[in-house]
Amino acid sequence: MESGIKRSEYVDIIFGFLGLFICFALLSIIAILLGDLIITGWPRLTPKFFLSFPSRFPEQAGILSAWVGSLLVIFITAISAVPIGVCAGIYLEEYAPKNWLTNILEINIANLAGVPSIIYGLLALGLFVYMLNFGESILTGGLTLGLMILPIIIMATREAIRTIPQDIREASYACGATKWQTVRWHILPYSMGGILTGMIIGVSRAFGETAPLVTIGALTYIAFLPSSPFEPQFPFISFKWLFDAFTVLPVQIFNWVSRPQKGFHINSAAAAVVLMALALMMNATAIYLRYRIRRKIKW
Amino acid sequence: MPDNLREQKRAVNFSGPGKHLKEKFIEWILFVCALFSVGITISIVVVLFWQGIDFFKVVPIIIFLTGTVWTPLFANPQYGVLPLLVGTLLVTSIAVVVALPIGLVIAIYLSEYANKRLREIIKPVLELLAAIPTVVYGYFALLFVTPLLQKIIPELSGFNALSPGIVMGIMIVPYVSSISEDAMSSVPMYIKEGSYALGATRFQTAIKVVVPASFSGIAAAFIIGVSRAIGETMVVAIAAGMMPNLTVNPLEPIETFTAYIVQISLGDVPHGTLEYSTIFAVGIVLFFITLGLNVVSFFLTRRYRERY
Repeated sequence: MESGIKRSEYVDIIFGFLGLFICFALLSIIAILLGDLIITGWPRLTPKFFLSFPSRFPEQAGILSAWVGSLLVIFITAISAVPIGVCAGIYLEEYAPKNWLTNILEINIANLAGVPSIIYGLLALGLFVYMLNFGESILTGGLTLGLMILPIIIMATREAIRTIPQDIREASYACGATKWQTVRWHILPYSMGGILTGMIIGVSRAFGETAPLVTIGALTYIAFLPSSPFEPQFPFISFKWLFDAFTVLPVQIFNWVSRPQKGFHINSAAAAVVLMALALMMNATAIYLRYRIRRKIKW
Repeated sequence: MPDNLREQKRAVNFSGPGKHLKEKFIEWILFVCALFSVGITISIVVVLFWQGIDFFKVVPIIIFLTGTVWTPLFANPQYGVLPLLVGTLLVTSIAVVVALPIGLVIAIYLSEYANKRLREIIKPVLELLAAIPTVVYGYFALLFVTPLLQKIIPELSGFNALSPGIVMGIMIVPYVSSISEDAMSSVPMYIKEGSYALGATRFQTAIKVVVPASFSGIAAAFIIGVSRAIGETMVVAIAAGMMPNLTVNPLEPIETFTAYIVQISLGDVPHGTLEYSTIFAVGIVLFFITLGLNVVSFFLTRRYRERY
């Protein structure tokens, strides 16, 4: 009896150490991964690397078309997914009646969040490229990723709204506000931080995503920039760039890593450092925001 | 807050007639946005079947599902999807064998052992792990883990199922741990206190009380992990070799559903050919497998949320 208790106490302590050990092992895996990338890619990380187009010669190749493409695609993604996602989130939290339709909407969104990203690529290939004839363009790429991150934004919006206590709504109604006024002047402002966090996480997911863009044919050898959105003549803004071919950072990395030559592997490491730095920065911002909001708001 | 109230008051005063119409209109717009998500699911199904139908007109579904050779690009093409299915399951099993124990230990540690401060360090780190782009994990599998494993297992081929499996396992740890931790934290305190009152240690409480009580949540975490691994693309496309190979030997190159879709997308197979429609046929299989898993995990999650 005595020894049994002793033993279970030992097991208890050992498990505590095991848990701590595994957590730190994971942390060191990130550190090793980052360290390996930085050590391998460092020699290539010069201003020239950011200002050159891809090339057959690894030493001359750069990521200019890739990062410009990434920025433009992400812009389309954000402006297409965020408004719809936030509106859908508001509807489901504030307006939706409890019935079978709402139930279906909820199951559907949970499922969409789990659909493999490459399926969104196939959807875009059939819908945007062949049916709507958008071509293998920046517009297609941005909308594809927009569809992909929509569930993330909806869920983040709902979670942010759910933390607002019922009293706030009741107080607003008591002042004679309508439903929309309550949402507009109370629910939205108070959940803005959470929505912003979800937005950043969604956009950073899209930023690092490769598979759906490979499927719609984001070409990997693009030695030109999309046409400028600004024009010297009236109306000064051109939308031609929406239909230009493009490549993005992750696709460029995939292309380089798949080649047998060592020189391209160094390039892919350097580009991966850039991608990781941006992705981690976005996520760190989101995580920081979330913890600050959680600490600041005490209902 | 006072600012908001003042603004709202102004809004109330100036919203004359037509207020009801405006309210209805806004609700309708929001509803359409929510309905949009159902539209996405319907379009996925429609597009997959519409583009894949050409394939099933030529290849009987029985041959597709039971054939053991997958060589759609050869002169004498064969359309048996089993090599891709087995390849996918092989990588997925390796990933789950890695991710499940690690994820569960972390979840138990976070919910039963770690104090608040430690938890606030570990959880963001796990989130960062989930934020690493998959193509970077692919790089890691091909150029870091495979050479490392080759030092231990010399007969390991340059492309194999083992290395992407392990890397993918690390990749899905955050999903498994965060969902199971969520389930474990939702076990009410009085149940745990009952266990402690009987003299149980933290470990005994975790294994004999918390884990059984949150079992549906842990099962959901497991299923979501499997679903993620099946749908993961870049790691296997880069490191597993793109070789449809009916084998359960993790040391050989293989191909998964997702890697096959990437392989065809990279090549110059013209649209409208039978070869091209294979990616939609494979997509249908992939979509319905993950759909099934996601729906099961949705109901499991809902069950533990409702129980306590």
